[in-house]
Parts: sequence; structure tokens; C-alpha cells
Amino acid sequence: MIKVENLTVRAGGFQIEDVSFEIPSGSYGVLMGRTGSGKTTILEAICGLKQVVSGSIFVLGEDVTRKPAGARGIGFVPQDGSLFSTKTVRKHLAFGPSVHGWKSEDIETRVDELANDLGISHLLDRKPHGLSGGERQRVALGRALAVRPGVLCLDEPLSALDEDTHSELIALLKKVTKDHEVTALHITHSSREAEQVGDLLLRIEEGRVVPR
Amino acid sequence: MVSSSSDRPFLAAMASLALMYLLLILLMLGADAWYGFTKVSGSQLLGIFQQENVQHSILLTLFTCTVTAILSVIVAVPTGYLLSRYKFPGKLFVDAILDMPIVLPPLVVGLSLLLLFNRFPSEGSSFEDLLNKIGIKVTFNVLGIILAQFAVACAFSVRTMRNTFDQISPRTEQVALTLGCNRAGAFFRVVIPEAWRGISTAGTLAWTRAMGEFGPILVFAGAIPRKTEVLSSTVYLEIATGSLETAVIVSLMMVTIAVVVLVAVRVWDRGSQGGLYHD
Repeated sequence: MIKVENLTVRAGGFQIEDVSFEIPSGSYGVLMGRTGSGKTTILEAICGLKQVVSGSIFVLGEDVTRKPAGARGIGFVPQDGSLFSTKTVRKHLAFGPSVHGWKSEDIETRVDELANDLGISHLLDRKPHGLSGGERQRVALGRALAVRPGVLCLDEPLSALDEDTHSELIALLKKVTKDHEVTALHITHSSREAEQVGDLLLRIEEGRVVPR
Repeated sequence: MVSSSSDRPFLAAMASLALMYLLLILLMLGADAWYGFTKVSGSQLLGIFQQENVQHSILLTLFTCTVTAILSVIVAVPTGYLLSRYKFPGKLFVDAILDMPIVLPPLVVGLSLLLLFNRFPSEGSSFEDLLNKIGIKVTFNVLGIILAQFAVACAFSVRTMRNTFDQISPRTEQVALTLGCNRAGAFFRVVIPEAWRGISTAGTLAWTRAMGEFGPILVFAGAIPRKTEVLSSTVYLEIATGSLETAVIVSLMMVTIAVVVLVAVRVWDRGSQGGLYHD
């Protein structure tokens, strides 16, 4: 479950004020809004990447408003994947578990499991340079899921993909979030994409989040 | 890209200007090489390298440049990172100060160091006097060479590292934070590997810049044979005493060292970072 209560966040020159919404456990929530409407700011605040002025953020029932990003149990998939240019796909999938001090055999098992689920086993020894947009997003998704987070936040993850890859990734997102039992918050400006992927649609209008 | 015939005058003008500068560099180096090959015999060459002060100068140059490059990188990485990632009051002013060693005349840097260490806060209780009491000598010593080189070379490294961090998206660090890293963890696990090419450029630039440094070294550390004489001061001393042959040979050696360092770093850099597979 993701619950946002009376959240106020400041980003540069503008402020998102008094935002409240809830995405029940296991749901795939989609937050829509025009470019510059503050969708990414809200997502960053939930992930712990943006300081909150006031209000509360709950993840799986726990108040995480003042917790650091890494302690919130949230997997983050940025818009362009933001892959680590010097690391192989294998190292990407192993990154979170390694930071969390997992045993090397557990890390190996998890990497193989994720690579199979996401269809990237053949890419494990490749670096990001030269990967297609769809492959990059699969790697970013695997990296975010590696430490088994309860919540997944995706910032326009499909915006730079061609139509075929877009459809493939939508199917994959639905399957993976269901299989891995995560609650998702997906941001997009496309209502078509929102309808295809989400089961709870929200819209940000004039600084307020309303059901669509 | 398809180019039309109307593009040719534009491209020709651009290429001519670039070629003029390239030609000037090559002609300068060619003049050194020509003079060396026509005026210096094999036995003279051997004699120059057997001179004790030249041997000492070579070793001292290699040592001081290496120490300066390492110190410059150690200081430039955090400085460049802070300038790139954070906004703070007076940032423009700090940025301008960090560029001062680049724009200041080299002799002014040397004079400033000399005054800082020997007249500040007052003669008789200066930094140099305090350091001398604990057995450390800077002015007209090897430490003085390193400090004079560092004062200028580090500014170039800071600029390089700032540009490097500007080009690395903060998003990768943020992803690392969500994966459980703290700021230091994200910096060392993600940012430093991404910045590696910039770090090697900053180090190389500092090394070669330190080798070419002359003015501040002459003023602050002097050019004492077998003590504070580095290759750039050898060239100066040999010209001053009319030994143009030795000056030219040492100059050619500096050019060779600079080219070897630049090429070696680029080759190593490409080998370690450029592949599509593995880390």
C-alpha cells in the first residue's frame, strides 16, 4: 500500500500542496498529468529523493516520511533507466542485494531468477552501451526489484519506446508486478498507456490528485 | 551526413584555421628536432644524459609531477563534485577563486607563495619558520616545487572534474540511494566508476601541466642544481649559460615524456572503459 496524506513538496520555483491519495496493496496505480504538473516531484518525494515540507507518506502501513530513500522498501525505475554505464547487466541486478549484504550465492540465485523473469539472461555480461530502449528498461526494472521491495515507483518508464516494445513492456510490467507481489505507482502523461497498464487511475490537476 | 557543394567554402575555412594552429605546433616541435639532429652528435647526446644535474633533474621532475598529479586528483574530485552537485551562497565567487591560478601570471603565483610562506603573518614568525621548527623545509626545497606545481595544476584538475560530474546524471546516484546506499556509498560505488575517465584526464592534465611549470618554481623553489632543478629549469639554465644544444635535447625529452604520458593514459583508458562486455 502507498498512502500519501496532505503532502506538500517544494520543487524549485513551484510547490505541490496538500496532496492526498492511496494505492491499495497489490494494485497498479497510475498517476497522470501534463508535463510540468508535478508528477515526478510527488514520485521523488515518495521515494525519499525530495524533501517534504509537510504531510505524511506511508508505505505498507509504515510512516516513511522521514526515512532515507534506501530504508523505504521502494524500487525506483527512472524515465531513461539511468543505468550505471560502467557496470554489466549482472552487476546491475546484483547491486541492491550486494549493498544490503546478501550472501554471494543468494545474489547469484536472485540475479538468475530476475534475468529469466525479464528475458535478459543473454545480456548478463553486457554493459548498457548498445542496449535497446526496451532492454534498458528491463534491466532498470530488474535492478529495482532485486531486493524484493514492497513498492515499485516508475517514472514514465515507457516514454521513449517504440510501439511494439511499448506493448511488450506493458505486458511484462503487469506480469512482473503480479508475480513479485508489488504495489506499483506508475507515472505517465499518456491516458492510453494508463488504461493499458493500470487498475487505479489518478490524475493531477492544478496541484491536486483526483481519481480519473 | 550528406554535404553539398555550398558547404565546401565553410568547411575549408574551418579546416584552414585548425590546420594553421596544428602546423604551428608541429613546426615548433620540428624546429627543436631539426636543431637537435643537425647540431648534436651521438657522443654529445650521451654526454648530456651523463651529466649529473640532468639525471637528477629528470628523476626530480618525474617524482614531483607524480606527487602533484596525485594530490591534484585527491583535491579536485571532492571540489569538482561539490561545485557540480550543490548550490550554496557565494558559489560564483568560490568558482572564480578556483580559476585564479589559471589566469594569474605564473610569476605572481610564485611570488604569492614566497610571501605567504616567508612574510606572513610577519617576518620571523612566518609559516616557513613554524614548519622549520618541526623539521620541514618548503621554500627553496623539493616541497616548494610540489607546492608551486600543485597551486597551478590543481586548478586545471578541478575544472576537469567539475565538467566530468556535470555530465554524469544525478539520477544514477539517486537510484543507488533507493537501493540502500548512503551518500558516500552512492559516490564510491556509482559516481567514481562513472567519473573514471575524467579522473584519469584530470590526473594526466595535472601531471603534464606540472612538468611544464616554470615561473612559480623558479621564484618559490629556485633552480638549485641537484636540489631543486627540474627539467623546465634545466632548459632555462642551459639557455642562460649559452648551451643551446643541452637546452634543445632536454626540451625534446620533455616533449617525448609528455607525448608518452598522454598516449599511455589514452590507451589504458580505452582498454579499461571502452568495451561492451565485462567490468
